[in-house]
Amino acid sequence: MQYELKDAPAFETQTLEVSLGPQHPSTHGVFRMNVVLDGETIVKLKPVMGYLHRNHEKLAENMTWLGSMPYTDRLDYICSMTNNFAYALAVEKLANLEVPERAQYIRVIMAELTRLVNHTLLIGFLLNDLGAFFTPVLYAFREREKILDLFEAVAGSRMMCNYLRFGGVKVDLTSDFIPRARQIINKYPKFLDEFEKLLSENEILMARCQNVGVLPKELAINAGISGPMLRASGVPYDIRKVDGYSIYNRFKFRVPIGEKGDVYDRYYVRILEMRESIKILDQAIKEIPDGEFITKEGGVGARAPRNFKPPKGDAYGRIEAPKGELGFYLVSDGTVKPYRYHVRPPSFINLTILEDMCLGQKVADAIIILGSIDIVLGEVDR
Amino acid sequence: METIDQAFVLGKRAALNWMSAFLPDWTMVFVSIIISATAIVIFGPVTMMYLTWFERKLVGRIQNRFGPNRVGPWGLLQPIADGIKMLTKEDIVPEHADKFAHFLAPVVIVIPALLIFSVVPFGRGMVAVDLSIGILFFLALSSTTTIWIFVASWGSRNKFSLLGGMRSVAQMISYEIPMVLSVVPVLLVVGSFSTVSIVEAQSGWNWFIFTPWGIAGFLVFFLTGVAEVNRTPFDLPEGESEIVAGFHTEYSGMKFALFYMAEFMNAFSISGIVATAYLGGWQGPWLPSWAWFFIKTYALVFVMMWFRGTFPRLRVDQLMGFAWKVLLPLTLANIFIAALWLNLESPKNNLISALVLVAIVTIIYWANRPEVPKKRIYRYAYED
Amino acid sequence: MFGLGVLKGMWVTFKNFVLSYFSKDHLVTVQYPEEKIPEKERFRNFPFLIYDDKPEDLRCVSCDICAKECPPKCITIVRDSDAQGKPLKRPKVFDIDFSICMNCGICEEVCPFDAIFMDHEFEIAEFGRFEDLNYHKEDLLKSNEYFAKIRPQDVARIDAKRREKTKKTEPPQTTPTT
Repeated sequence: MQYELKDAPAFETQTLEVSLGPQHPSTHGVFRMNVVLDGETIVKLKPVMGYLHRNHEKLAENMTWLGSMPYTDRLDYICSMTNNFAYALAVEKLANLEVPERAQYIRVIMAELTRLVNHTLLIGFLLNDLGAFFTPVLYAFREREKILDLFEAVAGSRMMCNYLRFGGVKVDLTSDFIPRARQIINKYPKFLDEFEKLLSENEILMARCQNVGVLPKELAINAGISGPMLRASGVPYDIRKVDGYSIYNRFKFRVPIGEKGDVYDRYYVRILEMRESIKILDQAIKEIPDGEFITKEGGVGARAPRNFKPPKGDAYGRIEAPKGELGFYLVSDGTVKPYRYHVRPPSFINLTILEDMCLGQKVADAIIILGSIDIVLGEVDR
Repeated sequence: METIDQAFVLGKRAALNWMSAFLPDWTMVFVSIIISATAIVIFGPVTMMYLTWFERKLVGRIQNRFGPNRVGPWGLLQPIADGIKMLTKEDIVPEHADKFAHFLAPVVIVIPALLIFSVVPFGRGMVAVDLSIGILFFLALSSTTTIWIFVASWGSRNKFSLLGGMRSVAQMISYEIPMVLSVVPVLLVVGSFSTVSIVEAQSGWNWFIFTPWGIAGFLVFFLTGVAEVNRTPFDLPEGESEIVAGFHTEYSGMKFALFYMAEFMNAFSISGIVATAYLGGWQGPWLPSWAWFFIKTYALVFVMMWFRGTFPRLRVDQLMGFAWKVLLPLTLANIFIAALWLNLESPKNNLISALVLVAIVTIIYWANRPEVPKKRIYRYAYED
Repeated sequence: MFGLGVLKGMWVTFKNFVLSYFSKDHLVTVQYPEEKIPEKERFRNFPFLIYDDKPEDLRCVSCDICAKECPPKCITIVRDSDAQGKPLKRPKVFDIDFSICMNCGICEEVCPFDAIFMDHEFEIAEFGRFEDLNYHKEDLLKSNEYFAKIRPQDVARIDAKRREKTKKTEPPQTTPTT
């Protein structure tokens, strides 16, 4: 629904400029939208970012290769495991490191658990943006806690896991990890059913979300959108399938596709994606082999980072992070520090399309469109 | 039984008797008024305080947490702690605000909320003033709240406030009409505006909710009532996630608490009036009359809070659409159904009016079909 | 049918409301200061320095590896020296600025002498922002027994490794005297 001037009433009206953010309950951090309103309809929207800029890329260029691993946790602080994964993948490509079988499985399990965490939480926050008084978000937190407890038991920290290393993972799984993970995974579909019963068919949610913030297929492709948002617009593009990085081509899973590309599709595609993640986790937990959790060569990087010098060259490692394509572009000049370190953050690139989706919609819609993009400002501003 | 039922009435009479011993006769009218007014002025804020506690506990339990449990047993002293906090907080007035309007709005907004209590029949004979236009008085007063919400939003000189105020006015205009029309069937059947005679007309088990038009009227009256007091899913003027806090964005301390107080007292009195009009007010067996009134009212308050714990918010246009496209035709038809029910003989009137109601609901549903959201079916890429 | 989804949602919240009185799964809050979630062994908070028997014999030899590898550079080490100015294998100053430390655990990973480990202690609020949070050597020292208490699995592995090391290094020292 494009706003046109002829729709405007005949008598004289004024537009209202409102700055939504940086202090605003629903901007998911310090993000700001300068909107021009005609009544409640958005005529113009200008996203303002950079309030959380922390010099991530430049810092990494002044640090050992391993040293920026804990910093990647802080990019998208909801899914630190996948951030580690992407960075480790890029460095392994650069240094030609082999990853042991068991470590591959551990990585996949962690990445998919992270996907569950992220999507559950996102849906909770989307409902908060829709005006539900914290109930869905607290149900989401309830389930997320269980997975974070697992992360804490294995990696030592709930959110800032810093778990992956070049050529493997930091430590092996704890002995009770597999049974506990299986328990969580077995219970998760039941929780999703409850969640869906509360939300998916709720007429208020459907009325609010359907046909709002439509992102057409062509625009999505042209804007470089990735992840669930792109798939909600109807493009069957999943890097887990396209690249088959790590060992993803061993697992059987489907990729849900949306039809319209509105907020409801983005919401529902994520629910379906969680169900597919559970399938992957089921298979991975069944098949996980015993063995080394880190390569001997990679062990050098972990134990004495000063001696880890990848050969000259560059590499781009990308994964299907919960939010979209997360890539690290690294250039090595053969020293202990990266020569160039670049992040391709999914949140940031998905956010660029915000104005096109919001024009002609109401203020309330802009908030849920922003919510459905799934941004984390740590990653947007880096 | 009779004494428990009339405990409050007898108490007031005893107080009056005691005072008449040393006060001149002509003052007794004023003393009587003062006693009733004092009761209401104490009852209103105390209800509000414990409604906040009740809501927080209830929503907490819905969300799998405890709710307030630190101050006193089960957090029962929490409202008092909150009150102290609110009173001692810094009162911030924006520099460019219209200071008079900014001050006036929260003060005046409590008055209609308190005045409504005067026509609520809390029990047999327990009504402060038995106005012959009780329901009209209630409708008129409850809508004035919106004016003060708008004054607050205008006086704050804040864009979010202004948006909230505009939303509030638009919402009031849309929901006032179905609200007024949804009580018309009751007035039609009872033949009086007085809240006391409405309750008396529902003696025994003849509560109006057990009639076909009563169900429809009750639902519409309750929903519009929820919209009238700006509670979820109609809490657009506050719209926390969209416009920060709507009309009370710029309020802090006790002024904010007064808005809160008005909202909760309105929620209580609306529930009371809905219970009076459709659920038989204080009518009921075994228990004292005022106990029945409070059970019914708190049940409705419970539902309001349950709504809050469950629903997302509607959008402005959907809110208006719901009022004009669904509630308004339904209430208009409901007046006709009530008239039909009234003029037909007893066993067959229920059936016929129920049939007409079902037909009309179907027609409204059919007419609104394009707006009804549909379920979607998703396909998968890379089938396995 | 319009309205049915709304009622389903209300049923879910009502079920949660009722179950919160009966089931632990539906009342997940932990009343923090009174009850605590059991600590996980691998949980890491701020680092501490480990000593074996007396606080004087630290394992730290002030090799400065952790200070170099620390990503936010929160560790300051100054090597101790004897009266002649000959450097000794122990730190004179070992400061960790907890306002900078980000609990990544890299110091623990890189330490070749198993001298620095991540603590479980997390209730360490201070009044000042700068000097109060800059922990000195004395504040950081903790015994091996404490370490054994918080990380029973790791301590077995590390002690075994250390014993092996001393066995390897000690015989040449002891043989000449006998």
